[in-house]
Amino acid sequence: MATREAAGRRFWPVVILSAAVAVAALLVLPLIGSAHISYARAFAGQSPDAEILFYARLPRVLLALLAGGALASAGTLFQALLRDALAEPYTLGVSSGASLGAVIAISAGLRKIAGLPAIWVAAFLGAGLVLLLVLGIASEGRRMSSFTLLLAGVTINSICLASILFLQYIADFGQSFAIVHWLLGGIDPVEYSTLAWLAFAVLAFVAYLFWRARDWNLMAVGEDWAAARGVNTSRLMLAGYLAGSFVTGSLTALTGPIGFVGLIVPHALRLKLGADHRLLIPCAFFGGAAFLALCDTLARTVLAPTEIPVGVITAMAGGPFFIWILRSKRRSLWL
Amino acid sequence: MSALFSLRGVGFDYHGAQVLSGNTRLTVLPFGMEQGPCAGGAQPPCQGLRGAGADFSASEMVAVVGPNGAGKSTLLGIMAGLRAGYQGQCLYRDKEVREWPRRAFAREVSFVPQSVRIEFPFTAEQVVMMGRTPYCDGLFEGPEDRAAVERAMRITDTLAFRRRDFRSLSGGEKQLTILASVLAQSPRALLLDEPTTFLDLQHQVTIYTLLRELARQGLLVVAVTHDLNLAAAYSDRILVLRGGEVYCDASPAEVLTRPSISAVFNVDANIHLTESGRPWVHYGDP
Repeated sequence: MATREAAGRRFWPVVILSAAVAVAALLVLPLIGSAHISYARAFAGQSPDAEILFYARLPRVLLALLAGGALASAGTLFQALLRDALAEPYTLGVSSGASLGAVIAISAGLRKIAGLPAIWVAAFLGAGLVLLLVLGIASEGRRMSSFTLLLAGVTINSICLASILFLQYIADFGQSFAIVHWLLGGIDPVEYSTLAWLAFAVLAFVAYLFWRARDWNLMAVGEDWAAARGVNTSRLMLAGYLAGSFVTGSLTALTGPIGFVGLIVPHALRLKLGADHRLLIPCAFFGGAAFLALCDTLARTVLAPTEIPVGVITAMAGGPFFIWILRSKRRSLWL
Repeated sequence: MSALFSLRGVGFDYHGAQVLSGNTRLTVLPFGMEQGPCAGGAQPPCQGLRGAGADFSASEMVAVVGPNGAGKSTLLGIMAGLRAGYQGQCLYRDKEVREWPRRAFAREVSFVPQSVRIEFPFTAEQVVMMGRTPYCDGLFEGPEDRAAVERAMRITDTLAFRRRDFRSLSGGEKQLTILASVLAQSPRALLLDEPTTFLDLQHQVTIYTLLRELARQGLLVVAVTHDLNLAAAYSDRILVLRGGEVYCDASPAEVLTRPSISAVFNVDANIHLTESGRPWVHYGDP
């Protein structure tokens, strides 16, 4: 009797392949750009290759990899928990909360809070406050309703966006430009210490998601379905929403909202791999990482020296790609 | 023989009750329907359950019948451990259901909800494999789990479409797959909420024959149904609920009488006997 169950047999080849794609992105993408550099000269400390690699391109590629991987795995999680094809990491209002915080910081002309860039701090606080508000609205006693959560998220989103529009309306020209720039989202080089903290948070998050992958399968079918199979659903939902939103909020504080990755990467992978989260979570992490890093490389090279907001690239390059996948898989009923 | 389930004065109040896990999509009601998830129309407002009592033993096949809003699904949900906020006593193997550790309880009692809607591309086999969750610690299932899935799918005759997308299956195939999933849990008790309501005749008969066979082999099977004739033909006992209370609890022949059906369902019925001596309920225009 052969082992027919796909998950176990297909697991390693598929995960190793997707990891290889992410590693290839990490190795190749820093070499691409207007100035030609080589690893040999950069690691020998020769100028300007070393400066370009270590202070401009590598941190940026690393941030894009982390952000893309985290957004795609958080999107996978939120779609499973909310059982909603249109759910994404921002569904609970985390990005609009972060945006409102950032816009307030820009409008108030703040530069630093506690030694950190004021926009980061304000965006992170905004994301956290909105998350607490939405969770508070949606919970009755110890229980949370996914549907109320969705509605509360959408409503708070609208309120935040209205506040942002108002602040932008009354802002002066320079502030208004800064606000638009932030709202478009973008990957800027950050310090390695910041990257290290982010990497720690993102990797711990993805490890947690992978560890509980079987439970997300059950939750994707239904809460009763999971509870009847021994899962403590309330605790799992709270942990999932908090962890996913914490990571998304931290990222958004650094990069601004970057759409599309958290929505489309999970769907594209589901079309190819099926719905088993043991396969989906690691592949979403590696696939989302490679996808966003590639998009960011395009963003800084296509119209160089002008930069295109990376959110524009993710949608304009990813959209047609997704439609192609959608069309190429005839037997799928998805969407 | 001691009972598996022993219920005494079980009540459930939807107002302010702490539901451990319900179908959350149902807990958000349209405006004006704040009464409860089973607002009763012209009937007295639904109170969930009010002091229901019954015993259920291994090898029994019990049908639970009653009008809409009588508390059938609520009763089943309490017994399945999905509604922790019940009043009274609901013992499973001499221990209060809400005090059972969830994983251990899932190895004992399995539950088929009224409808399962899966929106993601799981295969039939993956859906069945989910029944092994209370037994699995690692990330992947072991040979024992695969053997249990194989067995459950053979019993339910679902092996032929094991690798098809669950969403592409017919209603009957879906229900058989879900039945396989709960059988893969290797339970002692099987609770089913209207398992055949939307199925064609052949699948109704297939599923009820299978359920009766499982009961013969030692499982406790409790099925909520609206089909009195299926209940009469296949079950050992019929539990009738009315207005959140047990109206009667006895053999099909004792329960399905003209006066009781009139009192519970408010419908005039004639009772015939089939060749095997079971009642056959005829209702509606003569």
